[in-house]
Amino acid sequence: MSEIKNYTVNFGPQHPAAHGVLRLILELEGEVITHSDPHIGLLHRATEKLAESKPFNQSIGYMDRLDYVSMMCNEHGYVMAIEKLLGIEAPIRAQYIRTMFDEITRILNHLLWLGAHALDIGAMTVLLYCFREREDLFDCYEAVSGARMHASYYRPGGVYRDLPHEMPKYKPSRWHSEKEVKKMNANREGSFLDFIEDFVNRFPGLIDEYETLLTDNRIWKQRTVDIGIVSPEMALSHGMTGPMLRGSGIAWDLRKKQPYAAYDKVDFDIPVGKNGDCYDRYLVRVNEMRQSTRIIKQCIDWLRNNNGPVILDDYKIAPPKREQMKFGMESMIHHFKLFTEGYCTPPGEAYAAVEHPKGEFGVYLVSDGANKPYRMKIRAASFAHLAAMNEMLKGHMIADLAAILSSIDVVFGEIDR
Amino acid sequence: MSKIENLASKLAERFKDKITDSVVALDELTIEVQPADLREVCLALRDEDDFSFEHLIDVCGVDYLEYGKSDWQTEAATSTGFSRGVEKDRGESDVKWGKGRFASVYHLLSMTHNHRIRVRTFPVGEPPRIDSVVDIWPSANWFERESFDLFGILYDGHPDLRRILTDYGFTGHPFRKDFPLIGEVEMRYDATLQRCVYEPVSIQDRTLVPKVIRDDSRYESIEEGQK
Repeated sequence: MSEIKNYTVNFGPQHPAAHGVLRLILELEGEVITHSDPHIGLLHRATEKLAESKPFNQSIGYMDRLDYVSMMCNEHGYVMAIEKLLGIEAPIRAQYIRTMFDEITRILNHLLWLGAHALDIGAMTVLLYCFREREDLFDCYEAVSGARMHASYYRPGGVYRDLPHEMPKYKPSRWHSEKEVKKMNANREGSFLDFIEDFVNRFPGLIDEYETLLTDNRIWKQRTVDIGIVSPEMALSHGMTGPMLRGSGIAWDLRKKQPYAAYDKVDFDIPVGKNGDCYDRYLVRVNEMRQSTRIIKQCIDWLRNNNGPVILDDYKIAPPKREQMKFGMESMIHHFKLFTEGYCTPPGEAYAAVEHPKGEFGVYLVSDGANKPYRMKIRAASFAHLAAMNEMLKGHMIADLAAILSSIDVVFGEIDR
Repeated sequence: MSKIENLASKLAERFKDKITDSVVALDELTIEVQPADLREVCLALRDEDDFSFEHLIDVCGVDYLEYGKSDWQTEAATSTGFSRGVEKDRGESDVKWGKGRFASVYHLLSMTHNHRIRVRTFPVGEPPRIDSVVDIWPSANWFERESFDLFGILYDGHPDLRRILTDYGFTGHPFRKDFPLIGEVEMRYDATLQRCVYEPVSIQDRTLVPKVIRDDSRYESIEEGQK
């Protein structure tokens, strides 16, 4: 009888289940994975080094491109670190807007994750449903910032501008008659807040739809229950945060434990799993979407009743109004200095962390008092999660690889930076 | 006494002269330790009940080569007037770095006590060397690989110290301050050779916004707080 040998398989970097550009070197014994070695860095753009060569504000756009499915949360971490260095705080209305958009972003992220996760496991339909709702949320991004994905909306000292009074509307075209367009625009007649309120009223019902497709689905459970179990001890020692940690039963959420923005003023729960398997992580994320809806609702109520500035009135950090610039020499100079040279921070270092949809997203800034960061380090949640990949995969069948990999929720923009 | 100062005094009491510097600034505690003491301090930080930092959030390399050096003169008048040409290390500033060139910075989090700490140590030599903490916190594995890849800091005792983010066969450590932003080589596909070839970079380094350091009186209160 001939000897059976282990063999080595190259998974990715061009594989639809590799979530971008992950290359996994797998050692297999039959269909069982005995060892895996993730090779990352294929999307490395040296964001941190680029940021060192630019004034602080010019790197906000790079933050969107880190984890490109939860754009505003990345921005939030970065502007919080700058604000900490400068010793400033955004006005309360900006804090609520940030809270609301962080949660919109969380839903965006979890919807993409849910769609892709289901698709990887073989449930095609969920993706289509999820992308339907993502469309509305991208419209929210567009309404406030003009960009559907890479918003650069958060600024040190607040947000770029206040919420708009009207939503962008569909226009009749060869493909959509006037009547159809009128129907499509039905929830876009009011202000931005009306639109997002309509969304959060509809959304819990839509989550029920996804759950009907998946939660009690026999095949779904067979593919995810007891797959990729992460024990609480392993989650801690491997630096896991976010849903990976909460899926294992540890109720740790920076929004509750170290509140930032307006999270200490809104009411929400932390969903926690029990077994730490793929199924629990799925449940945690689905429940997080429900909690996000709750938070957004409270933010809408507050924002409707309270007006005020959305960015600091300090022209050394935030630009003056354009109107003022037309008439005042001083505003003109401020504007010029701010956009050509930027602002200098006091020398020192700061670490700011936010509860990103994937876990703890931290930005460590070292400043020597210049108008550029001396060193910026981005702490990406999935980087630590992917590092534990080998431990999670060991002993699983090759078919479970797709389920485990996508249950981590990897996005290579932030892992490779 | 705030929570963080309380932690700082407990640390000072426990480690005494092992901690070479301890600063509380911006609600964050930073301690510095000698490379030789790193593992001992880390183990105590993880295991002792007063600290219980069970979570290693991040390991980060820093290169302090150009700390406090700017491209423009901003203050003292010169006989030739202010030039706006960008020249490295021309500006004068009060910010000086008196410690080692490389630093390895550890961010720790304790979920039990809900507090954070930053531990900094200065690896010595060329290449700089420091003990690995992988066996204390397994999550250090990839973070240390990253720091090795980008800064060339060698972590003694690391089980698998390979490059992680840069290309296969890359030379140099790109995040060091003396490594140019534009890189040293560029790659293209050569149709006649039918393979990728590496060549020296053809682009020039341009500084769009010069680095300046300005004194700002508004920050004096903040800086005072840091001291």
